[in-house]
Amino acid sequence: MHSMNRKKPSAGKGVSYAKWGYLFILPFFIAYICFTLIPQLMTFYNSLFENYRDGLTQVGPNFVGLKNYVKLFSPDNSGTIGMLKYFGNTIVLWLLGAVPQILVALLLAVFFTSYRLNLKGQQFFKTVIYMPNLIMAAAFSMLFFTLFSPVGPVNQVLLSAGWIDKSIDFLALKVPVRLLISLMNFLMWFGNTTILLMAGIQGIDQSMFEAAEIDGASSLQVFFRVTLPLLAPILVYTIITAMIGGLQMFDVPQILTNAKGTPDRTSMTMVMYLNNYLQTSKNYGMAGAVSVVLFIVSAGLSLFVYNSLSRQYSQAPRRRNRL
Amino acid sequence: MNNKENTRGRIQLIVARTVAYAILIFLSILCLFSFYMLIINSTRSNAQLQAGFTLMPNNNFFVNLKNAWTDASINIPRGMLNSFLIAACTSVLTTYFSALTAYGIHVYRFKLRKFAFYFILAVMMIPPQVSAVGFIQLMYKLKLTNNYLPLILPSIAAPVVFFYMKQYLESVLPMEMVEAARMDGANEFYTFNRIVLPIMKPALAVQMIFSFVSSWNNYFIPALLLDKAEMKTVPIMIAQLRSADYSKFDMGKVYMFILLAILPVLIVYIILSKSIIKGVTAGSVKG
Repeated sequence: MHSMNRKKPSAGKGVSYAKWGYLFILPFFIAYICFTLIPQLMTFYNSLFENYRDGLTQVGPNFVGLKNYVKLFSPDNSGTIGMLKYFGNTIVLWLLGAVPQILVALLLAVFFTSYRLNLKGQQFFKTVIYMPNLIMAAAFSMLFFTLFSPVGPVNQVLLSAGWIDKSIDFLALKVPVRLLISLMNFLMWFGNTTILLMAGIQGIDQSMFEAAEIDGASSLQVFFRVTLPLLAPILVYTIITAMIGGLQMFDVPQILTNAKGTPDRTSMTMVMYLNNYLQTSKNYGMAGAVSVVLFIVSAGLSLFVYNSLSRQYSQAPRRRNRL
Repeated sequence: MNNKENTRGRIQLIVARTVAYAILIFLSILCLFSFYMLIINSTRSNAQLQAGFTLMPNNNFFVNLKNAWTDASINIPRGMLNSFLIAACTSVLTTYFSALTAYGIHVYRFKLRKFAFYFILAVMMIPPQVSAVGFIQLMYKLKLTNNYLPLILPSIAAPVVFFYMKQYLESVLPMEMVEAARMDGANEFYTFNRIVLPIMKPALAVQMIFSFVSSWNNYFIPALLLDKAEMKTVPIMIAQLRSADYSKFDMGKVYMFILLAILPVLIVYIILSKSIIKGVTAGSVKG
C-alpha cells in the first residue's frame, strides 16, 4: 500500500497514458457492478418487500417496510427465534473448529520454524496437513456421512469390538453432528493457518530471537515474550478472516445433514437458512433480510480487522504485548 | 557442571523433538485416514462393505468404477466435464483480468486510481453469499438459469486475486521494461500481453490452480442455478447422492463417486504441492 505514494514517471514526451489505466480496469469494474454491486443493492431492496412463491402462486412483490426484519427476529410457533438460533449455531460450530485450529496451527508453526528443533520431513508434513483444504467440501462431508452412517465402518468397528450392541445413528444426535462438522472444518483449515502463521514467524527479525537466547530465555519465554507479540497483527488477521469464513459456513453442514441441520435444526447455519429461503420458496424478501444481517456482521468484522491491523502497524513492537 | 547442563539440554531437546514428531504424525494420520478409508472402500463390493471393516484393499475397484461411470441417475462423466469446463474458463478469466486490473492500477497514474484500489480492498472481505439473493433473482429475470455464463463471467472481478497480482507486480516489474517497450513504439496492450504477462507467469500459474480448485468445489451458487440433469456439476451430484436413499445404494459405487469428485484436484495437488503451498502465503498480508 505504501507504494501508492511512490512517484513513477508515466507520461514521457507529453504523451498521457492515463486513459489506458481506465481501459485496463474497466472489465473488472463492469463485471463487479453487474454481478456483485447491482445484485447486492437488489438484495437490500428486496428485503423490504414481500416476494415469494407459495406452491404455484406468486405472492408479491409488495412493499412491506421492515416487516421481514421484524419477522426474522420474532419467535415462531415453538417460541424460538430462528435467526438467533442459527446465528448461535454458526458461532458454536465455528468456535468448536476454530479454537483448536488456531492453537494447533500456532504450535505447528513454532515447530516448523524452530531452529533448535530442526525438524526433518517438513515438506511432507506441510503437504499432508494442507491437503484437506483443497478437497471438495461437499465430497468430504459426504465421505464423513458414509463413514459415520449407521451401517458405516465406524459403527462396524464399534459393534465388532463389543463397545456398543446396537449401531448408533450419529447424525441424529446433536453433539456428534456438531463435533463432526467442527472436526471437518478443523481438518480443512488448520494446515492453511499453519502455513500463514509460519510465514508470519519467518518474517520476524531473527535478531530478536538471538537476543532473547543470549539473555537466557527459555523456549516458553521466547514464545510468549517475543514470538506471540510480534505475530499479533498476523494472528488477528488470521482470526478475523477465519471468522468471516466461519459466517459463510455452508457446504459441510448442508451436505452432512442433507440441508436439514439435524437434529432439530441444531446444526443449521445462517447461510443454510438463507439457502433454504432461496431454494424452496424463492422467498427473496426473507432471504434478503437474512443477507443484510450477514452483511452487517461481516462488515463490522472487516472494519475491526482494518482498524486493528493499522493500529498494530503504527505501534512500536514493544507496545504490542496485549492479545 | 557444564557437562551436566549439556546432557540435560540434549535430553530436553530429544524429548521436545519426539513430542513434535508425535504430534505431527498424529495430525497427518488424522488428515489422511478418511481418504485412506475412501480409497480402500472404493475397491470393495457392496457385499464386502456390509460384511465388515477392513484396512486392506480388495479387487472390486474397476467394477465400482464401471458402475459409477455408467450410472443412469448420476451422470458423473458429464458432471466432471461440466465442472472442468466451468473451472477452466473461470481460472483463465480470473487470472487474466486480475492481472490486467492490477497492471492498470500499478502502472498508470489516473485520477480515480487511488479510489479504485481502495474500493477493491474494501469489498475484498464481503462474503459472496451476501449478494446471492439479488444475483439469483437477476439471473432468473435474464433467463440465465441452466447456463454457465453466470458461473463464469463474475470471476472477471476477483478482489483477492487482484490483490495478489498487485503485490506480485510491485515486487517483480521493473518500470524500465515498460518504458523500453514504449520507446520501441509498442502499443500498451501489446506491452501487457507480450512483455508483462510472461514475467507474471509464476503468479498466474498459482492463481490459476487456486481458482480452478475453488470453482471445481463450488456448490452454493451452482446449486441454485442449475437444475437440468445434463447441466449439473460434480458438487451438485454429490449433494444429490446424499439426498437419495443411501441404504438402497451400492456403497462401493457411492465411495467411487466421492473418489471421482476429488481425484482431479488430488492429482494436481500431488504433482504441484510445493508451488501450491508457496502460493498460500505469497498473497496474504505480510507482517
